[in-house]
Amino acid sequence: MNPTPTSPVVAPLGKDLVGLEELSAEQITAILDTAEPFKEISERRIKKVPILRGKTIVNLFFEASTRTRISFEFAEKRLSADTVNISASGSSVVKGETLVDTARNLEAMRIDMVVVRHASSGAARFLAERIPSNVINAGDGRHEHPTQGLLDILTIRDHTGRVEGLKVCIVGDILHSRVARSNIYGLVKLGAEVAVCGPPTLLPSAIEELGVRVFSRIEDAIEWADVLNVLRLQLERMKGGYVPSLREYNRIWGVSTPRLDAAPKDILVLHPGPMNRGVEIDSDVADGPHSVILDQVTNGVAVRMAVLYLLAGGQPDSAEAAKAGGEA
Amino acid sequence: MSRKILLAGGRVVDPSQGFDDVSDVLLVDGTIASVGPGLDAPEDAEVVDCAGLLVVPGLIDVHVHLREPGEEHKETIATGARAAAAGGFTAICAMPNTDPAIDDPAAVGFVLAEGRRAQAARVYPVGCISVGRSGERLAPVGEMVAAGAVAITDDGSPIMNSGLMRLALEYAQTFGIPVADHPEDLGLSAAGHMNEGLIATRLGLGGKPNAAEDIHIIRDILLAELTGGHIHLQHVSTRYGVESIRQAKARGVHVTAEASPHHLVLTEEAVEGYRTEAKMNPPLRTSEDVSAVRAGLADGTLDMIATDHAPHHYDEKEAAFDDAPDGIVGLETAVGILLTNIVGEGVIDVPTLIERMSCQPARAFGLPGGTLTEGSPADVTVIDPTLEWTVDRTVFESKSRNTPFDGVVLTGAPRRTIVEGRTVWER
Repeated sequence: MNPTPTSPVVAPLGKDLVGLEELSAEQITAILDTAEPFKEISERRIKKVPILRGKTIVNLFFEASTRTRISFEFAEKRLSADTVNISASGSSVVKGETLVDTARNLEAMRIDMVVVRHASSGAARFLAERIPSNVINAGDGRHEHPTQGLLDILTIRDHTGRVEGLKVCIVGDILHSRVARSNIYGLVKLGAEVAVCGPPTLLPSAIEELGVRVFSRIEDAIEWADVLNVLRLQLERMKGGYVPSLREYNRIWGVSTPRLDAAPKDILVLHPGPMNRGVEIDSDVADGPHSVILDQVTNGVAVRMAVLYLLAGGQPDSAEAAKAGGEA
Repeated sequence: MSRKILLAGGRVVDPSQGFDDVSDVLLVDGTIASVGPGLDAPEDAEVVDCAGLLVVPGLIDVHVHLREPGEEHKETIATGARAAAAGGFTAICAMPNTDPAIDDPAAVGFVLAEGRRAQAARVYPVGCISVGRSGERLAPVGEMVAAGAVAITDDGSPIMNSGLMRLALEYAQTFGIPVADHPEDLGLSAAGHMNEGLIATRLGLGGKPNAAEDIHIIRDILLAELTGGHIHLQHVSTRYGVESIRQAKARGVHVTAEASPHHLVLTEEAVEGYRTEAKMNPPLRTSEDVSAVRAGLADGTLDMIATDHAPHHYDEKEAAFDDAPDGIVGLETAVGILLTNIVGEGVIDVPTLIERMSCQPARAFGLPGGTLTEGSPADVTVIDPTLEWTVDRTVFESKSRNTPFDGVVLTGAPRRTIVEGRTVWER
């Protein structure tokens, strides 16, 4: 596919998508814009276009995942790629094979793309530096989860019509969250005002230096924000002593209807899932009018299609045409 | 048959006597026979032209990991002793965190014997503080000293139990050896992989705050003060740690301390890109900390430089950052780095460098050497202060290659390492 001569110049994504920290505002916007035409594919009766026909993609999940893996798999299959799923259980990973050996073996099988999730920060980059295939980070440790950040931003943009100038507060365990980091990088680059809110034990050191405001009280965050992105509280954080109990966490930091009702304006509520109902978010919020949680899931497939398409060499402004039968 | 070497016309720097002049040094039968200008070469002496070179008391590194027994794929006592000689060191102290740990006299004897067989740098064993490095009860310190141990430490791990550290500081006084500690409060640092701060936050890596090190430095100082024992603080990396030691010395506490070359020249920024070659413990810290460690080295708060030579097999560092082991090899790059970046940038002068790399380590650990006075052991290092070279880890004598300095151009390198009057390495 060739870009039309009049298309605005946006630097291509490069070989990999490791994080949003490395991308420019223009590149992020290009991915979001490219996702728009892909949304429609999932609404068709025959949900398949031939864009990645003949491409081989490995979904390499060293860490358990349901939502992200399935979302990637749908995105790949709806673009006609051939996919293989490798999960930590039942693979040579549990037999002690190192990350570098896994990478070399994949390389030897001549694959085109790898979607990788790993418990170690930096694992996606490690892989990207060692194999010629495109590498997409599906979450590395507490570093980044760029497609989640993109789908969150796309959902915000869909519902508010803008990102710039919007006040977005990420609530919960920021310390251990790759979703928080990807959201912060993406939103700050697109001109949003970003805040974080959570127990000080779960806020990483020097977080303000990333250009975010810090709230320790959820009431203050809600009063300030246009958008709340509520993170899952991993149950092991309680064992680690970061919070005394889930009940206390819900009472002090939980996003509840009374708290949202006290807000001066209508607030959009996102959650990357999976939710702990009654812990970080109350059920009536998750299922209520503020919530756009299922829109996030829908957008996830479109965003991932866009990323796959762009990394395969597609141009942002040719996506519509590509759906009709071209190949990336 | 006698063995004679005349080191002729070099700049002889011996801070132990306040000596710094162009002079000759004559070594006879393993001892320093005389130092002075215009010495006549005995007929059967090997004459080494040292014009333009530094002739100094042999360098001593009190903090080296040799990995044997147990991890011979990383290093052995022999390869480590040769790497030391290639780095200009005439003596090294072997840390006891091997497998099994060096916690009894037989193990101490093994390290000593293997060290002698290597016929390179002298290898002095250091014994464990606690049995099996478990941090629970004292190892047989007296028997280990009798077998040749020159100090005790559980290095690699801190002594978390302050009561045990008190006992060690009390008990070791009988034998006049230092108790060396790797100061780190694991309660604050166990989940960390690099310095705590913005870079760790950005990279999503767990952080080790300065306070984890500071708390144990201060605790150890208090216990040395309580007991009158000799605490030796290893690889000090924090600004408040340096300041605490400075204050303790002013109060007369028996404390000595090391700085490692990497903490003098690198900051946490070296970790960017998840470079496992820059992963070490204590971690590389901020430029404020580097400045404080440099100031501490300059004013003598930090008595000596020790490399914390920590060999790891290449595929162990070829891993995700949090899976990679801590540490870098240091023996073969130390002299070049220190001459280039510490002397070259005016932090200390050459005599002070030799004081910190030879005289003080010998004094603090009660080792022979560290001086060129007549009659002392003929452990001498000859250094070319102007030789420009590029670090090439593929030619290291060490078995391991884990250095962040590969490809760096340095000025200054050892030319000849002489142990007991025998040249064990020359370039």
